Amino acid sequence: MARKKTIPMRQMSDNQSGVIKKVSAVGDMGRRIREMGLVPDTPIQIQGRAPLKDPVAIKVRDFILTLRNREADHILVEVEEPD
Amino acid sequence: MKKIKIALSGNPNSGKSTIFNALTGARQHIANYPGVTVEKKSGWVSHKGYNIEVVDLPGTYSLTAYSLEEIVARDFLIKEKPDVVVDIVDASNLDRNLYLTVQFKELGVPLVIALNMVDVASQRGIIVNKDSLSSLLGVPVVPTVARSNQGIQDLLDKIIEVVENGYEWRRDVISYGRDIDQGLRAIEEIIRKSGSYDKIYSPWWLALKCLEGDEQVRKLIRQDEETGRQIEEICNRIYKHTMDTLEEEPEGVIADHRYGYIAGITRKAVKRKIESRLNVSDRVDRILTNRAVGPFIMLLILYLIYEFTFWGSEAPVGWFEAFFGWLKGLVSTIIPAGLLNSLIVSGIIDGVGGVVGFVPLIMFMFFAIAIMEDTGYMARIAFMLDRLLRWFGLHGNSVMALLISGGISGGCAVPGVMATRTLKDPKERIATLLVVPFMNCGAKLPLFGMLIGAFFVRSKANMMFVFTLLSWAFALFAAKVIRVTVLRGPTTPFVMELPPYRVPTLKGLLIHTWERTWQYIKKAGTIILVISIILWAMMTFPVLSKEERRKFEEKRQELKTGFLKVPGIRNIVKDSAGLDRLDELFSRYVSLKEKAGPEVEKLDKSPLLPLIKEAYKVSKKSGAAEVKAGEGAFSGIAIAYLRYREEARKINNLEQQQRLRRTIAGRIGQMLQKITRPIGFDYRVNVALLGGFAAKEVIVSTLGTAYSLGELNPEQSEVLSSRLQKDPNWSPLLAFTLIVFSMLYVPCFATVVMIKRESSWKWAGFSIVFNLVAAYVISLAVYNTGLALGVGLAR
Repeated sequence: MARKKTIPMRQMSDNQSGVIKKVSAVGDMGRRIREMGLVPDTPIQIQGRAPLKDPVAIKVRDFILTLRNREADHILVEVEEPD
Repeated sequence: MKKIKIALSGNPNSGKSTIFNALTGARQHIANYPGVTVEKKSGWVSHKGYNIEVVDLPGTYSLTAYSLEEIVARDFLIKEKPDVVVDIVDASNLDRNLYLTVQFKELGVPLVIALNMVDVASQRGIIVNKDSLSSLLGVPVVPTVARSNQGIQDLLDKIIEVVENGYEWRRDVISYGRDIDQGLRAIEEIIRKSGSYDKIYSPWWLALKCLEGDEQVRKLIRQDEETGRQIEEICNRIYKHTMDTLEEEPEGVIADHRYGYIAGITRKAVKRKIESRLNVSDRVDRILTNRAVGPFIMLLILYLIYEFTFWGSEAPVGWFEAFFGWLKGLVSTIIPAGLLNSLIVSGIIDGVGGVVGFVPLIMFMFFAIAIMEDTGYMARIAFMLDRLLRWFGLHGNSVMALLISGGISGGCAVPGVMATRTLKDPKERIATLLVVPFMNCGAKLPLFGMLIGAFFVRSKANMMFVFTLLSWAFALFAAKVIRVTVLRGPTTPFVMELPPYRVPTLKGLLIHTWERTWQYIKKAGTIILVISIILWAMMTFPVLSKEERRKFEEKRQELKTGFLKVPGIRNIVKDSAGLDRLDELFSRYVSLKEKAGPEVEKLDKSPLLPLIKEAYKVSKKSGAAEVKAGEGAFSGIAIAYLRYREEARKINNLEQQQRLRRTIAGRIGQMLQKITRPIGFDYRVNVALLGGFAAKEVIVSTLGTAYSLGELNPEQSEVLSSRLQKDPNWSPLLAFTLIVFSMLYVPCFATVVMIKRESSWKWAGFSIVFNLVAAYVISLAVYNTGLALGVGLAR
């Protein structure tokens, strides 16, 4: 059984999936993140990163969303830890 | 006919504009919402005895007070109370689209859902049960595929049905958790009792917005001090409570509950077949946004667009030029030479024609950009370049404005400035609109082409590429300077959707292309016309005094008399009038010959033809020795004639130059020489650059006039090109400096007006001063470095 752990979205690797546990962003950034559907218990998958490794593209609720690493830092995701 | 008003709303990329176009066809009207720069599109459609006004609200994800579009949308809904709001929901992306729907329900508007793109959804294995969705939401649902016009009639039927059944604005209650619900009820009660409550907004919705921390609503509430204080107290209490217990702001809790509510609905109404892990769009993205090859593919695509634009527009640009050339000829035959002729030909036709002549080029560029936008590739470019642009204080979305303004060469800064509207943050937006005039718009290209043709013949294509890169470098560098000085501030979040790749519809592409091209054309019809006339006047008045003109006329007569004394000439040309006729025929012969047209034969009847032919032949040969060897009996006369022509040209040049120096523009140009000497520009270049403020196209034609080529149109730019090449004051270095200067200095007048419209006079003024200073400093550096190193001095 793979162990589960919670990490910031920035640390996820390409193609890795997980479930959002917490969104700690507040204010304008928090609003933007939430209204695009990044709320707790939402499954996401990392699609890839831009050539300069930032922003990151993720798959969430049937669409692709991009956000910068700075924003991804505020999103905690529960992932399965590879053995 | 009964009149009703409906509003279309929905997320960006939900197919809203396709539905709008399908509903209204060509009967559209574009304006701005009062006081803001958000575009308001409306149109009309008749259905079942109703005349329906359709208002296309800006595409939004939400209804907060934090973006102009969202404020505009909700203000419209609340103040204008449309009879029905059609919420366009993308069936293949249901959850996020319903987030806006939920907010409409909170507001209580009469809703009809257009469940769009059901075909795409089912391809992806997403099957939405519309009846179940409708009953769960309590809103009528009509499935549509707007691209192929499916469901549009059903949608209209449903709208009429809702109107005929009568609808009361009512809100639907969702629970946001016990704490928030209690707070909501308390605030609602306070608002209802308050004397200042204006009954425009529902008190429950106002309460919700207060808890969400909505500044616009809070300001409204604070108008009544006591009410404001009470509400603030409750809000603060709840804020503290949710932060303590959930570590979230009430706003976040509310958003979470909205999505919870949506999840509850989609769980029942949506069936998913097991989808292949990657759909087509994702697979395309694996390549196009690949970290390694993505950037190269992007450069290749931009290069292809460049090729496509110039290849496609070459012929039509030629037609336009030919047309304006013909028009000028026509005017000259109707109106005798003089001030009126000059006003129409040099002032109006050259000015307006210069702008209109580039319409095909601009159109092809905008068509290519529309393809990138409508397929979804533009969003990928923004994604790939965001990190780079952010370093310079811009935003990934700035790239679109830069491309439209001429980032690939050949755009227009007027629609470019308008395209900055997609940027949310005012600082990033203003920084972007200040640097877009640095791009190589279509109007700068003739000047570049002319100078490159004169001084960099061997590396034509390379030089164009160098100047494209330079304009990007300058724009980005300038953005950085602006963002660390006058517009300091953090960058905004880049939370952006990458819409799935789609095959664009031709109709959509054409509408997109036309909207931007029209922006460009409008500048020709209005601003440019006025400015061209003013500039023409500045370059014409005051005219030379009678005395001065007589002097030149005397010189010309003297020359003619001298020529007519050449032995044997009297057999061919009898007098001064005959000489004028010879001149005219010779010019016609040369121009016909140059075009290699068979029409040369038409001149055959003239007894002057043998001399003309000989003179032409002689003029094509170089050495005098060869000429002597020429067998024709006219050789001697032909040589004398050519010599005469050269002398006459010199006199005309002198007159033209004296005339120009005397005019207002000439005087300003000479005054400016003190400043422009260090960068090598003389008064003639200054006058041309002055003209370029009206429109950059004017620079070439003004340079032509200033270098006394008479009426110069772009067709004759090769003539100017070789003229400058021979001028001892000109060098490749000077040409390079002039290109750099004209790339950077003041935006054209139309762009300045557009910058003002999109920001303020302050920024429009700033852009003039900033760009002038930047152009001068950089040109100074370029020219003097070149001089010091001795680069680019030899031809």
